[in-house]
Amino acid sequence: MSTVAVTTPPRRARRGSLTLWAGAALVGLHVLVGLLTLVWLPYDPTAFTGGRLEGPSLLHWAGTDRLGRDLFTQLMIGSRIALEVGTGAVAIGAAIGVTLGILAAFAGSWLDDALAATLDILIAFPTLLIAMLVVAASDTASLGSAIVALGIALSAIVARLTRILARRVLVTDYITAARTSGSSWPKIVLIHVLPNIWPTLSVNFALQFGLAVIAEASLSYLGLGAPPPNASWGRMLQEAQGTVYTAPLGAIAPGLALVSLAIGVNLLADGLRDRIDPTRSGR
Amino acid sequence: MSLVSVERVGFGYTAGRRILEDVSLDIAPGDTVGLVGESGSGKTTLLRLLLGLVRPDSGTIRFDGAPLDPRDRAFMRGFRRQAQVVFQDPYSSLDPRQKVFSIVAEPLRSLRVPGDHAAMVGDALEAVGLERHAAGRYPHQFSGGQRQRIAIARAIVAGPRLLLADEAVSALDLTTRVRIVELFARLSRRMSLLFVSHDIGVVAALCRRIVILERGRIVEAGDTAAVLAAPQHPYTRKLLASVPRLSPEAPSSTEPPQ
Amino acid sequence: MSALLDIAGLRIRAGDSTLVSGLSLSLRRGERLGLIGESGSGKSLTALAATGLLPAGLAAEGSVVLAGRQVIGTPDRRLDRLRGTAVAMIFQEPLTALDPLMRVGRQVAEPLARRARRDGRPLSGAALQAAVLGLLEDVALPDPPRLARAYPHELSGGQRQRIAIAMALACKPDLLIADEPTTALDVTTQAEILALLDRLVRERDMALLFISHDLPVVANTVERVVVLRHGEAVEAGPVGETFARPRHDYTKSLLAAARRFDEALEGRP
Repeated sequence: MSTVAVTTPPRRARRGSLTLWAGAALVGLHVLVGLLTLVWLPYDPTAFTGGRLEGPSLLHWAGTDRLGRDLFTQLMIGSRIALEVGTGAVAIGAAIGVTLGILAAFAGSWLDDALAATLDILIAFPTLLIAMLVVAASDTASLGSAIVALGIALSAIVARLTRILARRVLVTDYITAARTSGSSWPKIVLIHVLPNIWPTLSVNFALQFGLAVIAEASLSYLGLGAPPPNASWGRMLQEAQGTVYTAPLGAIAPGLALVSLAIGVNLLADGLRDRIDPTRSGR
Repeated sequence: MSLVSVERVGFGYTAGRRILEDVSLDIAPGDTVGLVGESGSGKTTLLRLLLGLVRPDSGTIRFDGAPLDPRDRAFMRGFRRQAQVVFQDPYSSLDPRQKVFSIVAEPLRSLRVPGDHAAMVGDALEAVGLERHAAGRYPHQFSGGQRQRIAIARAIVAGPRLLLADEAVSALDLTTRVRIVELFARLSRRMSLLFVSHDIGVVAALCRRIVILERGRIVEAGDTAAVLAAPQHPYTRKLLASVPRLSPEAPSSTEPPQ
Repeated sequence: MSALLDIAGLRIRAGDSTLVSGLSLSLRRGERLGLIGESGSGKSLTALAATGLLPAGLAAEGSVVLAGRQVIGTPDRRLDRLRGTAVAMIFQEPLTALDPLMRVGRQVAEPLARRARRDGRPLSGAALQAAVLGLLEDVALPDPPRLARAYPHELSGGQRQRIAIAMALACKPDLLIADEPTTALDVTTQAEILALLDRLVRERDMALLFISHDLPVVANTVERVVVLRHGEAVEAGPVGETFARPRHDYTKSLLAAARRFDEALEGRP
């Protein structure tokens, strides 16, 4: 009963807000660009519209690649691809992971131990490696297979996290109160467990979004990602490898785009985490 | 006929002995019974058995004459309308992500109680001394005592005949504790009450009957006034002697300062 | 004899809000003072301020003189020397006050060794172990050699609190601050721990600052009380006098509440 009242100094709250907005701005920029590509592109990404390895000009804002295709168009499409991959992979990872995690939280001791051990083994593998295995197992390299592969790779951590969070919620008095109020277990999961684990999970999803984007770039770099015309930043990097000294922009541009989105997503996640702490029921 | 009848119930094992052994007690309609025990007495387990959250290893628990079987869905739905519980910690017994209305209305929805839920929630909130528009707020906007009132509102909203309280005032400040005890006293006029507590003073103020639990067994039971005036069992005497009294002249086990 | 602890005009603030204001009290060797209040009264904060252990984000003003040294504004490393020698604290929840991964014997040995070193008579090996066992006997723990090898989670709440008291005594403090030391314990265990504290404080002629919300406990443990409400001292005086004839309305309401349960026990509902 003797609780020490400690209040968060206002300075910290303001800094958290800045992080959130900076992250949102960066991510928002890519989202706008990605949406734009659905209705308009400067050039046809596959057309040879200029000379080879041209520098930036009024016609080609980022110059051209080694085949004469406009780089800026490819960058824009890269934004859309990255966002599709991020969203798709996180969604699949969430669907699989949260389901498994909730089941594990309810499981009896030995089953839960077995599940936890399996998840731990999966988590020990690098995300990229698992994604590569799944892509290799699925014959064709496509955007869809890359997304599914990454989703599967991400689901293990989501499952582990969900399991711990759900277990913590399941031992609270309000869950027991829900049971004595006559609520069934599925209903309890839906209206009590999921909303209470959601804040922490959402921060995790934001971080995984960044991971997925970078992982997809790596897959594409290795030639396992989406083939053209789905130009991903990773593939642009791979193609610009040979000419990085003579036409560096070809590699720097996609690199910057990738970094900006990844940083933006991480800032967003940080800002979100700072946001969810103060609103939790305080004593 | 008893509202609740616990017949020679046994449960579980811990540290070489059963958690509950040969426990029998009756709660009549309109009774206020205080269950007193320290840690390791098994009082929490007994409460969970009475709520139908676990099944006894031996013995029977009856509610209104019918055996309490957690596996019988239809019976349990009826039972849950009749018996509700208030927990100790006002900070973890309310879902922080739900508005007070949803929290208090949950039994009405899950037990499919007919009627105007909004009105019933409002009535319950008023009955516990809160304002009706508290329903639109979140738990973290209330103090510990007010949260406990919300928990009590949730417990009484479906009109139960039996109210179980698990250390329901132990986490509250002294002045708040008195008010909540008074609230329980008012409520006990229209429902039976089983009040589990380690605090004999609270039980003495609230319950007409007292049951003393020690290491899984009932060692003494009877009218509160009689037991307090003339405790028979050594454990009861030890408990009463251990409680510090306000006026140092009264007998207590700690020496008053010189 | 000068005061061991002299608090004058203590003010504790967190940002814009004032948590404790204008608090003054003093305590001499052999004296026992009770700090009574409900949650939010600032009683725990006062105890922390007395030892310079306020958490970051809270600022203390005024004067807190402990064993002749000003605490407010003094850097931590100078306060460290005071904390291990002049004052020791016991808290409410013994489970979190003890290191779960260390055997309790070793946890008692640490402050013992540290204090011995500061006294210029270092203890180690068999002598240290003997001192540990002696201390465990002092706090009435059964079978000290076996218990010393136990981990905190293997002990009962009362036993853990005795270990916490042993650790506090190992510092040979002049002032013992006890913050709700028995609130988390069973009533029978509480009676034993209070009796233990009573005996030890008397034997070692220590000063005791006892913080609690439980009026009957305070009535049986201290000689003087200060009643806190929302960070302000509303009443102070000898415990018998204050409890029998309270002057402030808040004190009256506290006593009325406590009396309700007290009288119910006497059979006068």
